[in-house]
Amino acid sequence: MDYGLSEDILSIRELCADIARRHIRPVREELDRENRFPHEVMKILADSDLLRIYIPEAYGGLGMGSLALCVAAEELSRACAGIATTYAANALGAMPVILFGSEDQKSRYLPVLASGEKLAAFALTEPDAGSDAGGIRTRAARHGDAYVLNGTKQWITNGGEAGVYTVIALTDPDRGARGASAFIVEDGTPGFSYGKKEDKMGIRASATRELIFEDCSVPAANLIAREGMGFMVAMKTLDNSRPGVAAQAVGIAQGALDEALAYAAQRKQFGQRIDSFQGIQFMLADMATSIEAARALAYSAARMIDSGAKRFEKEAAMAKVFASDVAMRVTTDAVQILGGYGYMKDYPVEKMMRDAKITQIYEGTNQIQRSVIAAALIREAASREK
Amino acid sequence: MRILAALKQVPDTSEVRIDPERGTLIRDGVPSIMNPFDAYALEEGLRWRDALGGEVIAITMGPPQAEAILREAISMGADSAILLSDRSFAGADTWATSHTLAAAVRKIGGIDLVLTGKQAIDGDTAQTGPGIAASLDWPQLTFVGKVREIADSVIVAERDVEGGVEIVECPLPAVISILKDANSPRMPSLRGKMKARSAVITCWGRADLGLTEEETGLDGSPTRVVRIATPEARSGGAVHTGTADEMAVVLADLLLGKEAGR
Repeated sequence: MDYGLSEDILSIRELCADIARRHIRPVREELDRENRFPHEVMKILADSDLLRIYIPEAYGGLGMGSLALCVAAEELSRACAGIATTYAANALGAMPVILFGSEDQKSRYLPVLASGEKLAAFALTEPDAGSDAGGIRTRAARHGDAYVLNGTKQWITNGGEAGVYTVIALTDPDRGARGASAFIVEDGTPGFSYGKKEDKMGIRASATRELIFEDCSVPAANLIAREGMGFMVAMKTLDNSRPGVAAQAVGIAQGALDEALAYAAQRKQFGQRIDSFQGIQFMLADMATSIEAARALAYSAARMIDSGAKRFEKEAAMAKVFASDVAMRVTTDAVQILGGYGYMKDYPVEKMMRDAKITQIYEGTNQIQRSVIAAALIREAASREK
Repeated sequence: MRILAALKQVPDTSEVRIDPERGTLIRDGVPSIMNPFDAYALEEGLRWRDALGGEVIAITMGPPQAEAILREAISMGADSAILLSDRSFAGADTWATSHTLAAAVRKIGGIDLVLTGKQAIDGDTAQTGPGIAASLDWPQLTFVGKVREIADSVIVAERDVEGGVEIVECPLPAVISILKDANSPRMPSLRGKMKARSAVITCWGRADLGLTEEETGLDGSPTRVVRIATPEARSGGAVHTGTADEMAVVLADLLLGKEAGR
């Protein structure tokens, strides 16, 4: 479907497709098998300016916005969701600085993130605070010109690989979520270390690790926004990133459909190509239709953000929940179409099915997304009645 | 450093059809790409420019649509590009092509280094690079697998020769043809692609280069393709198995022209 994308955004798609063909498809199986971080590919993405697209122009970026990021994440996910997750998590880590950083913070951190000299990561989740992000326990106590962080962050994408972390911690534990604040913590800060690297079902090229803070002193100049704004910073960051997760899901699903179509055209049973059977045809048609609907929703939410809309959490959540459910269904159907071959690691669809699952879970589970959507619906209805 | 990367647009297929009357390639309807070997030449130029400063100019001779590979070169980092295009350039052999490219080198002026791929995948002649050098009366280094050093108007390079590597020092300006061992061509960058879309590409025709019709295109080409033929397919051979003694007998019989094993 023609979405009227600009020449610049079409260039992003073309570039990502080119990188996927030359540098991602040949290595994705190995990275997945070995649980290995894609250093080489990230270097290529950086050299190709793809880490610049979501950074404002004033800080070495290209200021291209949410839709541009979605198209990049989609096209990379089509080849390997693990690499795309690494890429998208980098944008997620930069987002609090882009949205709420001071002039000083932006000029210190955004140029090195734009060039890819350093990667970024966003750290909110803790062992006992997942969907209930307000339940975090990591403390940040003010001591003179610094905050001293203590606590553990869990399942942090790009953990151990990133140079810059945006970390949510409690400056006023008595106030709960309202007592949270956001900090920029650099790799190598004394008292900041990494815990175990997770062994995941999917997106195995991406690094997922624990962050451990033990009397880790962070300069007060690294506080993002003000004390008590941390939860808001985190929620706005996630609202902004959700169309990107939707786009990842669309890419994974599209990659699986590509494989299913190619397989169905060459696989012969009962003396004919299996794509001549109506049973397969209807599956392919439903897969393609749902992918297109998911893509339309993801792009629309991204365009809403790019247009400067104030509130878009409902639309961002709708895109994320719909697209990730589509990705799970489409990848499952792709495995079905490839049959026994699809279940084997020799073909890429089993990886895609494993990769798809995380899109229903991370950056807010789909159940939480539905709560966000419902809350917005009820609020909107109530305000109409007034 | 002023580096010229001489590129060629070639058909992206091994299924090239041949015009039976003229003995030339039919390029219509076949997707075109930058000659893969030329990408290594361009990359080598970009690396030395990045290291030493200066500029990389991409050049090609071809029909107007050959501009596409020049834009690709700009997206990879070339500073500017020149298209040599004129109806009278059509049908040029490697002699006329290198003569035309050499005229452009003179017109640009101040070129220190001309880089070409080792050969093009369509004609496979590997003659145009050396032809440019001959036409300019410049030194040439062909089949360069590694450029070791460029300093004080001298280039030191490793040439692949049969059974070894030859390390050669050569004064600049010179023409170098690059092997694919030399480097790994970079991906285009997004900013490069944006620049390439709006870049103005200089186009020079025969008159701009001060060449006569007799020097260019078909008229300037001494080569005539007399005949193009497909070599006969080899038969598949035969596989015999057994003990060494049995095989010795089979082999001896075959060499004597008898039917094997009889």
